[in-house]
Amino acid sequence: MYDFEYHKPGSIADAVKILSADPDARPISGGQTLLPALKHRLNKPTSVVDLSGIAELKGIRKEGNKLIIGALAKHHEVAESDVVKGAIPALAMMAGTIGDTQVRNRGTIGGSVSNNDPAADYPSAVMALDATVVTDKRRIAADDFFQGMFTTALEPGELLVAIEFPIPEKAGYAKMRNPASRYVMAGAFIAKTGGKVRVAINGAGPGVFRQTEMETALAANWSADAVAGVKQSAEDLNSDIHGSAEYRAHLVTVMAKRAIAAAG
Amino acid sequence: MNVVTPFEGIGASVRRKEDLRFLSGRGQYTDDINRPGQAYASILRSPHAHATIGGIDIAAARAMPGVVAIFTGADMPDLGGIPCGWQIHNKDGSPMAEPMHPVLAVDKARFVGDAVAVVIAETKAQARDAAEAIEVDYAVLPAVSTVTAATAPGAPLVHDAVAGNICYDWHIGDKAINEAAFAGAAKVVEFDLVNNRLIPNAMEPRAAIGDFDRTTDEYTLYTTSQNPHVIRLLMGAFVLHLPEHKLRVVAPDVGGGFGSKIFHYAEEAIVTWAAGRVCRPVKWTCERTESFMSDAHGRDHVSKARLALDANGKFLALHVQTLANMGAYLSTFATSVPTYLYATLLAGVYTTPSIYAEVKAVFTNTVPVDAYRGAGRPEATFLLERLVDVAARETGIDRIEIRRRNFIPSDAFPYQTPVALQYDSGDYQTTLDAALETAGWASFEERRAEAATRGRLRGIGISTYVEACGIAPSAVVGALGARAGLYEVGTIRVHPTGSVTVLTGTHSHGQGHETTLAQLVTDRLGVPLAQVDVVHGDTAKIPFGMGTYGSRSLAVGGSAMVKAMDKIVAKARRIAAHLMEASVEDVEFDRGTFRVAGTDKTKSWGEICLTAYVPHNYPIEEIEPGLDETAFYDPKNFTYPGGAHICEVEIEPETGITTVVNFTAVDDVGRVINPMIVEGQVQGGVCQGIGQALLEACVYDAEGQLVSGSYMDYQMPRANDLPMVSVATHVTLCTHNPLGVKGCGEVGAIGSPPAVINAVVDALKDYGVRHIEMPATAAKIWGIINAGHRLAAE
Ligand SMILES: Cc1cc2nc3c(=O)[nH]c(=O)nc-3n(C[C@H](O)[C@H](O)[C@H](O)COP(=O)(O)OP(=O)(O)OC[C@H]3O[C@@H](n4cnc5c(N)ncnc54)[C@H](O)[C@@H]3O)c2cc1C
Repeated sequence: MYDFEYHKPGSIADAVKILSADPDARPISGGQTLLPALKHRLNKPTSVVDLSGIAELKGIRKEGNKLIIGALAKHHEVAESDVVKGAIPALAMMAGTIGDTQVRNRGTIGGSVSNNDPAADYPSAVMALDATVVTDKRRIAADDFFQGMFTTALEPGELLVAIEFPIPEKAGYAKMRNPASRYVMAGAFIAKTGGKVRVAINGAGPGVFRQTEMETALAANWSADAVAGVKQSAEDLNSDIHGSAEYRAHLVTVMAKRAIAAAG
Repeated sequence: MNVVTPFEGIGASVRRKEDLRFLSGRGQYTDDINRPGQAYASILRSPHAHATIGGIDIAAARAMPGVVAIFTGADMPDLGGIPCGWQIHNKDGSPMAEPMHPVLAVDKARFVGDAVAVVIAETKAQARDAAEAIEVDYAVLPAVSTVTAATAPGAPLVHDAVAGNICYDWHIGDKAINEAAFAGAAKVVEFDLVNNRLIPNAMEPRAAIGDFDRTTDEYTLYTTSQNPHVIRLLMGAFVLHLPEHKLRVVAPDVGGGFGSKIFHYAEEAIVTWAAGRVCRPVKWTCERTESFMSDAHGRDHVSKARLALDANGKFLALHVQTLANMGAYLSTFATSVPTYLYATLLAGVYTTPSIYAEVKAVFTNTVPVDAYRGAGRPEATFLLERLVDVAARETGIDRIEIRRRNFIPSDAFPYQTPVALQYDSGDYQTTLDAALETAGWASFEERRAEAATRGRLRGIGISTYVEACGIAPSAVVGALGARAGLYEVGTIRVHPTGSVTVLTGTHSHGQGHETTLAQLVTDRLGVPLAQVDVVHGDTAKIPFGMGTYGSRSLAVGGSAMVKAMDKIVAKARRIAAHLMEASVEDVEFDRGTFRVAGTDKTKSWGEICLTAYVPHNYPIEEIEPGLDETAFYDPKNFTYPGGAHICEVEIEPETGITTVVNFTAVDDVGRVINPMIVEGQVQGGVCQGIGQALLEACVYDAEGQLVSGSYMDYQMPRANDLPMVSVATHVTLCTHNPLGVKGCGEVGAIGSPPAVINAVVDALKDYGVRHIEMPATAAKIWGIINAGHRLAAE
């Protein structure tokens, strides 16, 4: 790891001040992605801004028919939260399957969503639930937020503050893990919110994406059979030593069927 | 009063003496050692699989903070190359190609990870920072990473002087007899297969500390080694030209080796030599990513096999052609693995009268390949046990029946195979029967049908195997090209009050020797286990030793201890005879008590030991004081553990995910000293075998980049990938060593992979699958299911 300055601001304003003054400064939340990158010397920030002391980024609460999760909520907290379990059980279940115990006790939803790893779990939930990403500057709709592999609408120095999830009538998630990394090889998060169906696919492609054919099929007929009939195209999907694009395309349908079964 | 002591001798499952140290974090591993004034080494490694090195500019790096020194290959003109310990000869009798393996690459880098320069600095981070600042002028050359690519016409040459990238073209067996047998066969089964390349991944990464004392000119190397004396010999005599008395090698606690820590690695020579140059201790600790690209890999064979059968399914002849990947340079034992540890095992447990095997060892632009748990025998067993299953299917003979028909019968031992080995003992029908019984083979179809109701494809597979370990008779291996003897050394040091220190030339890096070897002493001398300590891993303490690999520690090292104990007992009886005024012939010794035969005259162990060291009433003219004996034991033959492994799998057709639901191992490892440790060894081996069969794939791309270069892409088995493994033993004694032991360290990894793949193929039998290459990943299996048409439906 290269040397860097360490800051631990107590407010969003202070954090943003440091970050906007230095384009090579990086925020750190759980460090479960950033730290391995630093250790491998893949990243050379001038300073690291530790967000963990900022109270405004914490907390999980329900407001009306919205679930609001602060950026610093750890995967473990989301998995165990009665508020989340009551509002969107599929989200709590998802959080409980991320990485391992150590990762879940450090990694945060804000870090994961900001990072937008194509093989990460949360982005599919944010996308399928049509959540709003709240930053220190603005509110960004999920469809606008995710912009492909490791890329989001966040501008340099902009902080993810919270995520607002509309509470769905039904939601389910299923994934196939990459055999080696155990990140997502192909996953499907499916939600019906206010009568509208959204299907988000993670792991299989270069970034999370919506499977609109499945959305149409499910809007007409909410059943595993409806998605079973939709063949995901292998074009543009990932292909690597763990599986071909065809395999991933096939898994998308399998996982979608399972997500519907899980959603009930 | 009767003192009841717990039975701690041969056959007792006593808890491992070393575990308190390990479980409480008190182990002393190489990286735990820090020497006063120590500096740190960082190795600059080639990012290219194949490139000429035009020049190395260290000026900027040399000026970085904390840098003590930077060395490149050009600074080491007097050093020898890293030696290979086994010379193989070609079919025509000429010796193998043995290109120089420089400690640091000189004009060419030959694999991704090849060491190019070393930086010594005050801190690890400073060393690494400076290494990044070194500028190497590489001119990238086309690379070859597979044996197939390397043997294609016009392939780029890894070593300019090695034509066709062929290290050797070797054979064993009688070709003419073999061809005649094929000509007369009723049926010939042909089969191509790959033995997948593996990355060992010991839990403790390699590390080395070089230390130099300029007042005595003595060097000390602390290293993660399975055989410190071998390292002293190889590094001292061949690379650094240091005499043994000026070079001490210490291999303290070592966190797993699986073969990968047998070999002499460049980093050991680098830190030792550099310590002398900078007159400071120099420490190097491998990072995990570095391990992936610098620890010797395992396996990597591509083979063609043909089996000739008569009309009754009796095997008449086997012909095997194998291309074995050596990597870019010859690692210490690399050349012996696909020859004398592989082709000699191709008879397996069968009476096949004629076997002819041809092996070409091939250089590629990859990390050197060498022995990995099982070393050659897993490759032979996988080939043979898959081939037998294919033969069963293609002759319509049941796969158990075809094995039984061809087994070497239990009354045929000693049995001479057509490929050099003479098996001393075994009982393959009995281990098979026991495994079939435990695994519930007869009721399998019920379980298959039940699984089908859940939409799962269930399959069962078996492998019956034999392996050769306890290496090895020095004269035999010498005649075959080994450049070392393979005896072992044991010292029994009895202290004045009767406690015992054992010095062994073997090395424990997870196997539990501190317990098993101590049990031998307890059993023979009657000294409680708590009063026996086993010391290993330090050339300054141990007289000599060849180390631990090839499941040899008990069979060879334990036998050396028995010989030393024979000497102890003989001398102690003479002392006892003197004290009891009896003749030596009349003195009996049984676990701690010396008795004049037929009388109640006795002397205790403690009395004799004390007398030996306080020789007041002592025949000092005839017997030297003290009770401390060393023996060298050279084995008369290899040992031949064998057995039967049965695996049951379930496949989820929708995803291709395979779950191992049952695994049964019944092994004949000879006499069992500690059943608990044997069970652990077999379970660990089976887990590695399942890893090879279903999960682990070392993948290089066409440019020679290591694609599976971290745990993000290399799938180590995790607990939830593995079943409970049922382990049982059936004992036939080894006939040629004093303990009757055969070895248990590798059987699990040798017997299991074909059992797993046979089960997977069985589960997929309705899909017309003849073979599936390892690892049988979910993606591969789904591909088969997706492409295949159900035979039943056709
Ligand atoms: C062994 C292992 C297994 C894992 N398995 C999985 C898995 O199965 N599924 C999965 O989804 N993930 C997995 N992860 C990743 C894990 O979930 C991480 O927690 C997550 O990707 C990042 O969250 P973090 O809080 O650790 O972020 P950090 O590592 O602290 O930061 C990640 C990135 O986001 C930026 N960042 C952090 N917080 C903010 C913020 N509030 N605003 C703006 N930018 C910010 C950082 O600058 C950095 O670029 C795994 C990680 C490990 C180490």
